[in-house]
Order: sequence, then structure tokens, then C-alpha cells
Amino acid sequence: MTENDPINQDYQKAVIELLYQLADDDFIHAFRGSEWLGLAPHIEEDVAFSSISQDTMGHTAMFYRLLEELGEGSADHLAQGRSSIERKNCVLVELVNGPGNYMEKPRYDWAFAVVRNYFYTQAKAIKIQSLKNSSYKPLSDAAVKVKMELYFHLLHWKTWFTQLMTSTDEARKRMEEATERVFAELDGVFSQGSYRVKIVDFGLIEDETILRKLWIQELSPIFQSINLTMPESFGMKHGNGRDGEHTGDLEQAIQTLSEVYRLNPAAAW
Amino acid sequence: MIATNEEVWKVLLGVNDPEINTVSIVDLGMVESINIGREEIRIKIIPTFLGCPALPIIQKNIENAVKEAIEVSEVTVEFVCSAPWTSDRITERGREGLQAFGISPPPRHIKENGEWQVDCPYCGSTYVTFDNLFGPTACRSILYCRSCKNPFEAMKPMSTDM
Ligand SMILES: [Zn+2]
Repeated sequence: MTENDPINQDYQKAVIELLYQLADDDFIHAFRGSEWLGLAPHIEEDVAFSSISQDTMGHTAMFYRLLEELGEGSADHLAQGRSSIERKNCVLVELVNGPGNYMEKPRYDWAFAVVRNYFYTQAKAIKIQSLKNSSYKPLSDAAVKVKMELYFHLLHWKTWFTQLMTSTDEARKRMEEATERVFAELDGVFSQGSYRVKIVDFGLIEDETILRKLWIQELSPIFQSINLTMPESFGMKHGNGRDGEHTGDLEQAIQTLSEVYRLNPAAAW
Repeated sequence: MIATNEEVWKVLLGVNDPEINTVSIVDLGMVESINIGREEIRIKIIPTFLGCPALPIIQKNIENAVKEAIEVSEVTVEFVCSAPWTSDRITERGREGLQAFGISPPPRHIKENGEWQVDCPYCGSTYVTFDNLFGPTACRSILYCRSCKNPFEAMKPMSTDM
């Protein structure tokens, strides 16, 4: 689509909705990732995880810029100036990393981090693959770029996932518990919210049921190789983030990440 | 016409990656296009990685270099995704520059199973092991040479097949 084409209003609304889902997902996911800085199991992982979070923050910035170009406001404001009710991210990415907080006695859960990152990244890779054929050219262009970077992220989390699952009894137990918690929210990752029909009809991305099926197809052989059963269905235990349903964890995340921005929204960065 | 395309390319050849000062952004394959208008020069840059924190520095360096060399009131640098950056965009001179900096250039081929091989930039040995797929910057990995016992970095391969 060139700059001069008149963009149908309905079409634009659907594009904006999908962009908010993609941007908010990656933004909160990268924020939770960045909270692990200095706390990962070892120094090499610290380097890797922070590099991944930085990449993801780059994807976030690109999605917010696409929204900025559609007149939704500045990327900085979209990231930091919106309340939790306005956010479209899925609940899975907003959940805290574990008990305690970054500044005081963080007792974060590495098993949960590995499972959440692996399952989310695989879902993102499937969405990105579908976005390569998006009718919205800026999104299909961006998808080609993001896909290459995701390759490394996926490889990383898959390695952790399979290694911990086949490690000690305690590791296995913790990983299975974490897997259960992630499955309880995984439907929210695929959800396209109340705009689903339009998003799909306009050819922006494939339907969530197809994406979910592709995810299961991709992970089934891995599950099989480590003797893990794929559940019949996933859940959305704490509601659908696409429709503005969130937990208190998101409120806490936004308070923390926007603290500096709120001091002076007009400051130059 | 305030300048020729060739003149601007020449200026950009002098703008190095802020984190690898032996390689220019041209040889890294980051320059997508140069557009010369009446009063403005527009340059489209392809980021190697979207989250690369050096991008604003690269932008500033390009603006300064062009303004210094050519009399022009406006220089616009735009980061675009319309062409993805892949490691085969690095020129032969770029590969040499990376090597000189102690960074192995990206592998030319990736095996079907996703594996790839790079050689030690110091001694050329193929006896190297992976230390960390992720390195100090988004585009680099950390490896270790079993022959000369040096840790070294390598540019990650980036290809649209991945
Ligand atoms: Zn060596």
C-alpha cells in the first residue's frame, strides 16, 4: 500500500488493533525479561537473556512506530503513558517472575521463565510466519526481519526447556509445575480479541485457531521426545488481555517501567 | 543538484560502525538507498538488528559526516525494514575489516540442520567451540579457539531462510 492510497477506515482500525496486541505483548514480555538482569543462573545466561530482551524491545519499538505512523501518538507515549486498562497484551506476559521484587529479595522462578519464554517465543514465531503474508505491507516487511532474530531466541529457549526437562527429578517437577501454569494462560497468547473476525477477514494474519494448531504441531514432537503430554485444551485463567482484562501484576509493571517517564513526559531521551 | 550519488556514497564509506571501528556502514551493507533532492539528502538505512542501541549514534554520525562534506541544509536518515539485513550484504572489504577487529565474519553457508562453522580470526583454526550464541552486542556470538586458546567473537549469520 502506498502512502497515497485511501485506507479504508475499517481496515485501518483492524490494523491498529492487531498492532496493539503485538506491540503490548512484546513490550511487557521484554520488561519481564529485563527484570532478570543480574539474576539469571549464570553469567553467560545473563548475557544471552539480556540480549534477547533487547532484541524484543527493538521489535516492540518497531510495532509502536507503525502505530505512530497511523496517528496513534508517539511511540514513547504508547509504551509508557497508557494505563493498564488500555493495554492489549495477553495475561501470560504480565505475570510476575516470582515472589519478591527486583529491588528487594527477588526470588524469581527460573523454570517459569524458561517455559514462559519458550512457549511465548514459539507462538510469536508462528504469528510472525503468518504475518509474512499480511495484506498490510509494513507488517509483512517487519515480519521478515523479526523472524531472523527470533531464530536465535527460539533455539536458546528450546535448549533450556529440553535440558531442564530431562535433568534431575526436582528440575522435572518444577518444570512440569511451570508448564501447567503457562498452559493455564496460553489461550490468551493466541487470542485476537473482539476484532478477530475483521483482523482475519482483511488478511492481516491467520485465525487464532490455525495459529494454535500450528503451535501444537510444532511442539508435539519435542513433547514426545521428553515424555510430556500435550493437554487437550489451554486456558485463559485470569481473563483475556485483548479485551482489557488484566491482573494486578500488569499495574505493578506499568508503575515500575513508566516511573521515569511520568516525572516529565516531555523530556528528550 | 547539490551533490552526486557517488559523492554521498564516498562520504558514507567514512562512517564506521561505532562498535566496530574498522568497518564502514557501507561495507556492512546497511545503506539501502541515497536520494538527492534540491535541498535535502535522504538516506535509507537497514538496521542489522532492530534493537541495536547503536542506531541513533549511527544516524547522528551520518548526518554530521554528510553535512561536513557537502553543502546541504537537510540530511534525513531513515531506518527501513523494506529490505531485511542479511549477512551476505557484508562486502569482501567488510569481512576483512571484521577480521582485523578480531571478529570472525559470518559463515557463508548454514547447514540444513541450522549448524554453522566459523574459524578463529587470530590463528585461522577450525578447532573452535561455542561459548555463547549471544554476545556483547546483538549481532555477535562468543566462541573459544581450542588451538590458540583465545576467546573470540563472530558475527551471527542472518539469512531469510532462518
Ligand atoms: Zn585461534
